[in-house]
Amino acid sequence: MRHGVARFVTGFLALPVALYLFYVVWPFAQAAGYSLTDWGGYSDSQRFVGLDNYVRLFSDELIRKAFWHNVFFLVTVPLFTIALALFLAFLLNVGGREDRAGIRGVFGSGMYKVIFFFPQVLSLVVIAVMWQQIYRTDGQGLINGLLIKIGLVDADNPIAFTADPEPFLGVPAVLWWLLFIAVWSGAGFYMVLFSAAMQSIPKDIYEAAILDGAGRFHTFFKVTLPLLRDSVSVAWVYLGFIALDMYALVFVMTPSQGGPNHASEIFASVIQFNAFQKGQFGYACAIAVALAIFTILLAALQLRITRRERIEF
Amino acid sequence: MSTVTHTSGPARSDTAPPDRPPTDRSAKDVGNGFGGRIFNGFSHLFLAVWAIMVVYPLLWVVMSALKTDSEVIREPLSLLPDALQWDNFARAWTAGIDSFFLNTLLVLVFSVTLTMLLGSMAAYALARYEFRGNRLIYWMFLSGLTLPIYLAAVPLFKGVYNTGVSLPLLGPNKHLMLILVYVAWSLSFTIFFMHSFFRTLPDSIAEAAQVDGASHTRTFFSVMLPMAKPGLISIGIFNVLGQWNQWYLPTLLMQSVSGEPKNQVIAQGLIELSVNQGYKSDWSGLFAGVTMAMLPVLIVYIVFQRQVQSGLTAGVSK
Repeated sequence: MRHGVARFVTGFLALPVALYLFYVVWPFAQAAGYSLTDWGGYSDSQRFVGLDNYVRLFSDELIRKAFWHNVFFLVTVPLFTIALALFLAFLLNVGGREDRAGIRGVFGSGMYKVIFFFPQVLSLVVIAVMWQQIYRTDGQGLINGLLIKIGLVDADNPIAFTADPEPFLGVPAVLWWLLFIAVWSGAGFYMVLFSAAMQSIPKDIYEAAILDGAGRFHTFFKVTLPLLRDSVSVAWVYLGFIALDMYALVFVMTPSQGGPNHASEIFASVIQFNAFQKGQFGYACAIAVALAIFTILLAALQLRITRRERIEF
Repeated sequence: MSTVTHTSGPARSDTAPPDRPPTDRSAKDVGNGFGGRIFNGFSHLFLAVWAIMVVYPLLWVVMSALKTDSEVIREPLSLLPDALQWDNFARAWTAGIDSFFLNTLLVLVFSVTLTMLLGSMAAYALARYEFRGNRLIYWMFLSGLTLPIYLAAVPLFKGVYNTGVSLPLLGPNKHLMLILVYVAWSLSFTIFFMHSFFRTLPDSIAEAAQVDGASHTRTFFSVMLPMAKPGLISIGIFNVLGQWNQWYLPTLLMQSVSGEPKNQVIAQGLIELSVNQGYKSDWSGLFAGVTMAMLPVLIVYIVFQRQVQSGLTAGVSK
């Protein structure tokens, strides 16, 4: 029985491992190597410069900006998306009328779930191009058009949306407008996730709570929410990755892909800018390595914070 | 501009701030009767507002695709065109969407099949056989989940370019290359997901099959793989959507130099369309392009909504 196992395992793993090594692992390893050189990308000349690129990174104004913009998304995207998704899930599952069988979900909750999930199946690029039209800076845009019509916005002075670098609460307005799209597109998905988690909580826990005289708000905050902890922390980790990946929106929607005037620069756009516009591949790789280290530290941190005993039903 | 801070107040209030209204929390005795009914009404109102916020932009795009250009400019808000302009779709289709569409389909048919096949094979071998290096390979695949793709961008671009010199089919702007790249980059999550799935399958059935004389390979294809069907459906949906929506890898690797055939995929096509139709002020054509990229996925989703929802959420909660 044992013989043939080695051949079988090799046969099954050879192709996937080879593909993965060539297209994923090797580029990662090379990036780490290039980050120690001054390679421009188009010539063959590359000189070993040690940690120079990394030293330069710390004094780069653009990177400092990108870093804080990434941190902004890292905090706000999960925060707003999860809050809104929980709120929607709460209304959906607890908002119905109460009868002898307990508190019901709201009427039509199935339909709401289908609709709220729509943005999840659309690609980021479709969403970006669509919102580009919604955010148009003249009366032809959906929002400006609407606001001009009801007189809230002056037709000669419409909202600039993603072309607006002016800070709002200390953060360039363009980032807030991009954040809004991220929340718009993510809330439905996490609402479905939380709803499913809520429904997997056994009924007798609720019955016990109702017997003890807890109303629907009490039940939600004291019983449901603590039991959702697992799902919420998973959502937080995933949204963290999404927040680091706002590049599609920046790429399609902002002027000169990170503008205006570098107001929406994030790590990814700085890497792209240095590699392909300025022809500094070595330096771009150093930024990418820094981003990777940042990501790994963050993932480790999140795992540490969210680790806790699982509650089995 | 100060108008932004000025106007974002009212704009925000109808876009439903996520914080909970304090008035409801203070109402402790909401349960039956009056309070419960108010809360029920409030729930409906809020849910309906959010539903409109999701549907209205989509509907607006679809209906704008059926207007004339002058109508788009004159009556940007209306959802009812004077007459339905179906030729906008024909124009956008021939402006490039047709080949972008076919390219994407061609790539996806092979890349998704290959991802599923190679991914579940590797996951199976790693999940159910003990051998030296098992953990190492598993962690190697897992590490791909945490590292940002931008780290690999520059060398990947260079590597594909260099491969193309000796093997033209694997060079930049080639379908085969994109298929292999998609597969490689989808393996991490597929293996991660299927690994935990194969672990949960009982040993006894695989053993029974082998007692009956089935080889390892045979056991996998005719016994274990069919048993893993629910997992395959979930991860399959995940990969179809993920690869259909992929835009960064194609923009990096599928740039056609002048004279070369246009092999780009739909996401790139849309970006190009949004730039080109913008120059030509062909707004209805742009809306038609977005509609064509959007509707197939939405229709598939509406038909299979239960599977898609559970497939995608299972992908996250594993």
